[in-house]
Amino acid sequence: MMKIDFSGLEPRAPLRGESSELFDGISNSPSFHLPNTANFDGFQKEAIQMVKPAKGTTTLAFIFKGGVMVAADSRASMGGYISSQSVKKIIEINPYMLGTMAGGAADCQFWHRNLGIKCRLHELANKRRISVTGASKLLANILYSYRGMGLSVGTMIAGWDEKGPGLYYVDSEGGRLKGNRFSVGSGSPYAYGVLDNGHHNTRSFVYGLCILKCKRLHSRDQMHLPVGHTRFQCLLKERKLCSAPKETTELCVLSLILIFLPMLFHSRYRYDLSVEEAAELARRAIYHATFRDGASGGVASVYHVGPNGWKKLSGDDVGELHYHYYPVEVAAVEQEMTEVPVA
Amino acid sequence: MECVFGMVGNGFSLVVADSSAVHSILVHKSNEDKIMILDSHKLMGASGEAGDRAQFTEYVQKNVALYQFRNGIPLTTAATANFTRGELATALRKNPYMVNIILAGYDKETGPSLYYIDYIATLHKVDKAAFGYGSYFSLAMMDRHYRKDMTVEEAVDLADKCIMEIRSRLVVAPPNFVIKIVDKEGAKEYAWRESVKDAPVSNI
Repeated sequence: MMKIDFSGLEPRAPLRGESSELFDGISNSPSFHLPNTANFDGFQKEAIQMVKPAKGTTTLAFIFKGGVMVAADSRASMGGYISSQSVKKIIEINPYMLGTMAGGAADCQFWHRNLGIKCRLHELANKRRISVTGASKLLANILYSYRGMGLSVGTMIAGWDEKGPGLYYVDSEGGRLKGNRFSVGSGSPYAYGVLDNGHHNTRSFVYGLCILKCKRLHSRDQMHLPVGHTRFQCLLKERKLCSAPKETTELCVLSLILIFLPMLFHSRYRYDLSVEEAAELARRAIYHATFRDGASGGVASVYHVGPNGWKKLSGDDVGELHYHYYPVEVAAVEQEMTEVPVA
Repeated sequence: MECVFGMVGNGFSLVVADSSAVHSILVHKSNEDKIMILDSHKLMGASGEAGDRAQFTEYVQKNVALYQFRNGIPLTTAATANFTRGELATALRKNPYMVNIILAGYDKETGPSLYYIDYIATLHKVDKAAFGYGSYFSLAMMDRHYRKDMTVEEAVDLADKCIMEIRSRLVVAPPNFVIKIVDKEGAKEYAWRESVKDAPVSNI
């Protein structure tokens, strides 16, 4: 039995994205619903942005005495949905160079692999490894040539070359910055907060107090302070020279604070961190970022790039890290539940 | 936010630029040098989108060097300014571009000079110029205190006045600035004015 095909009479696609059972049942011609919106272009743009994974991220890298420390979380999200908790956001370009991934996952992965190819070709052509400066510029020039065309890349290129450790920040707007401490992604403000630690200010505040004190004593007693002494040495000198008991005790307290402060705030960015200290600082910064930033989470992985290439140091579930840093304390019972006496 | 300004003094030109690399609310770097030394006697202070700024100033620098290699004589500051303007205008017809430039130079024949080139490729030869949010403050400062016959010390003093005014009146004031000077001896970095220092690293 033949059937007349009416599908040609049907509109190709419903003008409005309304769904009706009647309509769906009759029309067999392929069609899809249009979004119910006045601004179609805007909707499409938004939809693409929503589907682009790895938007929310925390990655960081810093140069220290022992090389470069690189760390990242491992969460990929699509809007509010967590699409993966086990993403490798630290991309291994070659045994001496790492890239970090923030922004569009596909863009980052593709262009890092592309960079890896270019670096290898450079190595074959020139019989020596490419410098971090050169590699980062290759990537920056590619990204710059595609700028405004929708690429979304925020990356750090970290590595060890003939000049020692190198660290560059490169993004899809064409920016390329050389530096010694970077963090990229939605969790980066939190990570920066831990890296910088706010400790600088605390200590300079105490130092400031000491200096004020020194100045006061200085003007009163007309003592001569040797030039080139550190503030702390000056302080000790002051203490010995000063005879007034009140000031002495005050200074004693201040110098005690000065001695103990570094112990209180041991984890903060310094150039002369040991590898272990640096790894712990990086891990801690990622952990704190994942704690506050909903789009970051999963595993905090830490890599170290030294003179002999990179090595993965750790990968810790941030949930476990939380209980490692903040063990559960048995809370004091405020209100004891008692059995209700039977009337 | 970005602040670049400059002025011509007696026998020299001076360019000042902030040194912050900013992304939305984050300061990624506070020691980024935004004044490129184009050749021995030219300075190019630039503000604008990070990528455009770096790419464009480097492009101009390399082309100025190429001209010198080919012809054995360097471009004059005026020629460089007109070349830069032309290149910017051409680039502008292809895709959006965002760089503001203050070009300072010293030529044997004409002495020190300062050129203002904005992001739509307007070229002006001026005595004093400024770009960015800092321009409101530094322009007023320079209008009031500028003299044509200033010595280097006086000009740096005026630049410091501008920097202090920016730091105290501008909400989004950058912490650090770099001052560069070009005179008959050549272009050189004069000083940094830093209120926030990055942790010291040996190789930076």
